[in-house]
Amino acid sequence: MSIAAEAPTVSFSHRHLLGIEGLSRGEIVALLDLSEEAAKLSRQIAKKRDDLRGRTLINLFFEASTRTQSSFELAGKRLGADVMNMSIPTSSVQKGETLIDTAVTLNAMRPDILVVRHHAAGAVELLAQKVDCSVINAGDGSHEHPTQALLDALTIRRHKGRIEGLIVAICGDILHSRVARSNILLLNALGARVRVIAPSTLLASGIERLGVEVYSSMWEGLADADIVMMLRLQRERMTSSLVPSQREYFHFFGLDFEKLARAKPDALVMHPGPMNRGVEIDSNVADDARSVIREQVEMGVAVRMAVLQALARHLPN
Amino acid sequence: MQALTPGPRTPARPIALVNARLIDPASGLDALGGVLIADGIVADLGPHIAAGTAGNAEIVDCGGRVLAPGFVDMMVFAGEPGHEHRETLATASRAAAAGGVTTIVCMPDTEPVIDDVALVDFIRRRARDTALVNVHPMAAMTKGLMGEEMAEIGLLRDAGAIAFGNGKTSLASAKVMRNVLAYAKDFGALIVHHLEDPTLAKDGVMNEGEVATRLGLRGIPSAAETIILERDIRLVELTGGRYHAGQISCRASLDIVRAAKQRGLPVTCGVSINHLTLNENDIGPYRTFFKMKPPLRSEDDRRAMVEGVASGDIDVIVSAHDPRGAEGKRRPFAEAADGAAGLETLLGAALRLYHNGDVPLPRLLQALTANPARLLGLESGRLARGAPADLVLIDLDAPWVVEPERLCSKSKNTPFDAARLQGRALLTLVAGRLVYIYAAEPGR
Repeated sequence: MSIAAEAPTVSFSHRHLLGIEGLSRGEIVALLDLSEEAAKLSRQIAKKRDDLRGRTLINLFFEASTRTQSSFELAGKRLGADVMNMSIPTSSVQKGETLIDTAVTLNAMRPDILVVRHHAAGAVELLAQKVDCSVINAGDGSHEHPTQALLDALTIRRHKGRIEGLIVAICGDILHSRVARSNILLLNALGARVRVIAPSTLLASGIERLGVEVYSSMWEGLADADIVMMLRLQRERMTSSLVPSQREYFHFFGLDFEKLARAKPDALVMHPGPMNRGVEIDSNVADDARSVIREQVEMGVAVRMAVLQALARHLPN
Repeated sequence: MQALTPGPRTPARPIALVNARLIDPASGLDALGGVLIADGIVADLGPHIAAGTAGNAEIVDCGGRVLAPGFVDMMVFAGEPGHEHRETLATASRAAAAGGVTTIVCMPDTEPVIDDVALVDFIRRRARDTALVNVHPMAAMTKGLMGEEMAEIGLLRDAGAIAFGNGKTSLASAKVMRNVLAYAKDFGALIVHHLEDPTLAKDGVMNEGEVATRLGLRGIPSAAETIILERDIRLVELTGGRYHAGQISCRASLDIVRAAKQRGLPVTCGVSINHLTLNENDIGPYRTFFKMKPPLRSEDDRRAMVEGVASGDIDVIVSAHDPRGAEGKRRPFAEAADGAAGLETLLGAALRLYHNGDVPLPRLLQALTANPARLLGLESGRLARGAPADLVLIDLDAPWVVEPERLCSKSKNTPFDAARLQGRALLTLVAGRLVYIYAAEPGR
């Protein structure tokens, strides 16, 4: 019996996965269902499928990332693809030029799937216009990080059995966060009540128009929350006068047991990683029974397998 | 019309443009008649200039179409010197002529910066030798556009600098701005300022708000513009210097300018054709041809700009012509160059406001002709006896589709790519010399 035949049929007609925006509720649910299967497979001893046998997947990372890159690498390998990692760290102003050039060069190597992370919003979409293969957005600037939102949703659904009606509080650096944007879009599409909690300096202008309730107090915003999703605070936010100090930030916006007590007793604590313990999250909270941070990592591989499978159906033979 | 052939020399015979709808915003004239051109100037005009009465003049029958003063564009980046791969005075002037623009003011943010008498002289000579239209350099108001030391405003003005600006940056120092305004006043020089607080606009790449948030792009708040504008107006109050806000982009700025005018201050302002006809939503999926400074704002702001032109509170419409090549535009949005080519689409895009019923035609033309000419102290920009024969014959209704590859400009970064425009220049004359004649392609 063919192994590929076991996978549920997914109605997913896109050539690329560039963002959550543009995905229908049905497509999101289908990807989550497919991810469940992949999660089961990943817990078996024999983890390998052959959906992507003969296919080439290139991880193209213009911004350093350990976990997302290795997660995609593992997902590709479990599906039988040949995986190549390319890290192109850039800090010069000339980066845009090399983006198109790199795309054209890589395209000539005839990959089937490109997984791309870039520091500029829209860069992955721009690159997708210049290549013939499927492109997955692994994070573009402050824009989107769709597989993160999918893995968060999968983790939530596995614990709560649903997304609809849950109160999800996303806390921290909303302004710079692609994770927040993708999560807001996805959670709203699946009917959750989304709150964002941040000091006004870290809120994006017009964020309420994305369908979220806005709070600047953790004590108020966490009240009765089912899910507490923390975001990483980069250290340079302190030097650019967005927040005064680490200790002040932790005092008002760091997740400790006192603030967490405002949420529902069975609330889940999430973090996309890597964590700054003692900055946005108390170390003991991160390791608490309510924390599902490690499971998020596991679901990350499953979701990326599902996305690769869904896109692979539309790859030319 | 066929009798005329484009050529560099001033025609020996007088020319009579007859059977035209003459519109002169400066005098309020809007009537059928003709214009007699001799020795590069308007020798006579009125209903009595007709085919039978024009003596030995070469007759051009305008078929009742609009004959207006050629446009005076106060904001053109012409590329010379230093950016000839983007545009030259020659190519910019061809684009201007094709758009009915007979006078361009070229910006000082070149390489090197136009902050020296020799550079002003260079531009004037290059323009004389290569350009089809009148070219006036705007000089830098601070050395190297650095915003610290005042440029030689008096000497530059004597050399032919028509106004003074600071490129695409605002002076951060209120003190330097005060001194520039006060010193320029002694020479009657016009200061044209870019409005963008450098600290508020830092890292910003588009209008701040929901659209930027959705795209994950850093925003530039309107306050970046209004803070500089308010400050500058206080300094105008203090010094009495003549001040022109080069481009405003938001409703709040319009209110500020209006209030300053009501207080009798020597304050005027301009708006780009882009901010009159486009808004932030046009950026769509990171379209870099819509990235500009100031950024495209909200639809409400755009409406305010249109209202400002209609009410006359906004004095001038500019193309803000800023040609950019692929190397600047084919990049991720945040890293892409600002600016849009605009000379050839200026008229067609502006006529959208007329066809929509938003701005009456004379008012629209006033913002393109008489007003900028008056601010710059030019004789052109009007249809009057003795004025330079800088003229444009306009077909108000001719439909056309913007095809970038057919534009005269060296760079094709038009935000009106594939746009359907209604109305275009048919003939453009500079000092009585035909510099552009529209030739419809067979089958088009």
